[in-house]
Amino acid sequence: MIKTQRPKYRLLNEAFVKKIVNESYQLLEKYGVFVENKEAFTLLKNAGAKTNEPENRVFIPHELVEKSLSKTPPVIELYDRQGQQKYTVGNDDIHFDPGSAAVTVLDHESQTQRRAKTEDLILFARVTDALENIDFQSTGIISSDVPEIISDSYRLYIGLQFSRKPVVTGTFRVEGFKPMRDMLVAVRGSAQNLEDKPLAIFDACPSPPLKWSNLTTQSLIDSARAGIPSELISMGMTGATSPVTLAGTLVQHTAENLSGLVICQLAEPGSPVIFGGSPSSFDMRKGTTPMGAIETMMIDSAYSQIGKHLNLPTHAYMGLSDSKLNDNQAGLESGMGAVLAALAGINVISGPGMMDFESCQSLEKLVIDNEICGMALRLVKGIAQRDEPLAVDLFQDITPESQFLSKPHTRKWYREEHIFPGIIDRDTYDEWVGKRKKSAAQRAADKIKEILDQPVSLIDTPVQKELEKIMLADAEQNGFTSLPKIKG
Amino acid sequence: MIDEKILSDMNRAVVEGNKEDAQRLSRQAIDENWDLNEVIENGFVPGIQKAGDLWEKGDYFLPELITSAETMKAVMALLQPELKKKNLTAKSLGKAVIGTIEGDIHDIGKNLVASILSANGFDVIDLGADVKITSFIETALEQKADFICVSSLLTTTMLKQKTLIELLKSKNLYGKFKVLVGGSPVNSKWAQDIGADGYAENAMAAAKIAKSFIRK
Repeated sequence: MIKTQRPKYRLLNEAFVKKIVNESYQLLEKYGVFVENKEAFTLLKNAGAKTNEPENRVFIPHELVEKSLSKTPPVIELYDRQGQQKYTVGNDDIHFDPGSAAVTVLDHESQTQRRAKTEDLILFARVTDALENIDFQSTGIISSDVPEIISDSYRLYIGLQFSRKPVVTGTFRVEGFKPMRDMLVAVRGSAQNLEDKPLAIFDACPSPPLKWSNLTTQSLIDSARAGIPSELISMGMTGATSPVTLAGTLVQHTAENLSGLVICQLAEPGSPVIFGGSPSSFDMRKGTTPMGAIETMMIDSAYSQIGKHLNLPTHAYMGLSDSKLNDNQAGLESGMGAVLAALAGINVISGPGMMDFESCQSLEKLVIDNEICGMALRLVKGIAQRDEPLAVDLFQDITPESQFLSKPHTRKWYREEHIFPGIIDRDTYDEWVGKRKKSAAQRAADKIKEILDQPVSLIDTPVQKELEKIMLADAEQNGFTSLPKIKG
Repeated sequence: MIDEKILSDMNRAVVEGNKEDAQRLSRQAIDENWDLNEVIENGFVPGIQKAGDLWEKGDYFLPELITSAETMKAVMALLQPELKKKNLTAKSLGKAVIGTIEGDIHDIGKNLVASILSANGFDVIDLGADVKITSFIETALEQKADFICVSSLLTTTMLKQKTLIELLKSKNLYGKFKVLVGGSPVNSKWAQDIGADGYAENAMAAAKIAKSFIRK
């Protein structure tokens, strides 16, 4: 039997990859990075990096980068809330999760963006939990009904209660790490269990060009020590905060990510790190950062190739759109991104549901994108040899009237070979008219109602109580005595 | 009267973003003791206006527009001290305090707005990035500013724009300055909700809005 070939696409040849990596080493060594965090600065200095203290600047020798790379695990294993289902983040395995940290939601009824509330976060977590092609949840929405200062821990608090899936999250303040980690430990039962079976990924974004703020650096250090994978999210904007050429941006991207990786390994050797990002093509007309631009997807695909070359798990923001509603643009940008990301073998693909330059989440889009993800997942399964011979034997009794519908062979394989969408329209015209001529977004809204009619996968009560205690303590520490009522 | 050809060279230097030419022409104007207000008004300002028109028409993109604005800034950096020596001031449309709000170190959008405002004749005090809310207000008071322009790129720091306006209200300063807000997560609805005076989706729009307030 012939082994199934996993379809892949690689934008760069090996010489080009090496050239980019090599220049990024030069960049780190010659011009360095700005590290605002004292502890990280000292760690780097003690490890032999030259420094310029008044500028918070650190020049990282390539030997240190290589040493750090050799310590970084190539594969990470995440586990769901129950600690049962395992997800391998590495190799060419792909996992989709909703695009994160939207400040608004697209309200289905009014088709306008509005600020999100606790109930939106709950709906979002529940819908994510139910979608079969979305492996991870993300703390994808910021709630406007809790004080801004605790909005990072609050979104994790909601996500952990209403979805079983591993979670992609991150801190908005240095103090946010502790309550967030405490919640993860509460779910796992102990700090050791959390290290053994990571439940969350923490995103950390350097500020382009080549700058690590105090907050994000602290997140790297704290996560490394807690065994929580850090996802490095470099986000140069071509011609604005990074070089205008795609290759030039890739050099900066690689240098920024590698400097983050070095900090993680110095904080805790062997700590899990994901080579990710959210760079974008910068629109020279509008001054916006289109995530649906083909050049954005090209940069993403290429840096993931570099991440793979460095033997690291990878991540990208793909499968999202800049459209403001669920229209053609939303579908085409999300579709192209998800398919390219899948072909590139990017391990964590953040995007579904997201629109309007990473600022808005739409539940309907999330449901539509789930189908896109299903197609992408099918695509990378490739074409398998199921039988030997492939087909010749099926024609033994052929007549002019022959068909395949009633053949056992069809029955045996059709569910393996084909996927069956729920939202994508494959009705005949009359059938579609009969179902009141609904658009994909309207059908998605129907599906959301179905999902919400299902029972909630609630967390065990003692753990819930513990989470609530941690959240309340965090709120009180910041001067707030109550939290919004939660209705399941 | 300054030679028409020289004025049009000045104009062209700004349109093309040729900083060296523009500075050379400025030095010539200073050395030869020309009327510097005329140099600015009839030489360089029409250039930045032309660059703005080209932007409006869609011929110019951000790299051209910004290069023109920076050329204008370089010119003014040479001419303003000379005007001061003669106890003259360049005409200013108004004074704006601008910055990226605390917690946010993204300043490219803010820099664009600052450049375009200053190129269009506003006196701009750029506080940089990660600027404390109180320092926006203190600087605006000290400098007798007309505008406070606040940028935030992050969805999380955008909320501080609201805090700034609340602080202005509590200090009884609301209405004393025109507060303009911007940044990628911001929109006009948000500006309205928090009680800001205006929202601009890009640098040229910011200059337009600021000018519209001056006319009022």
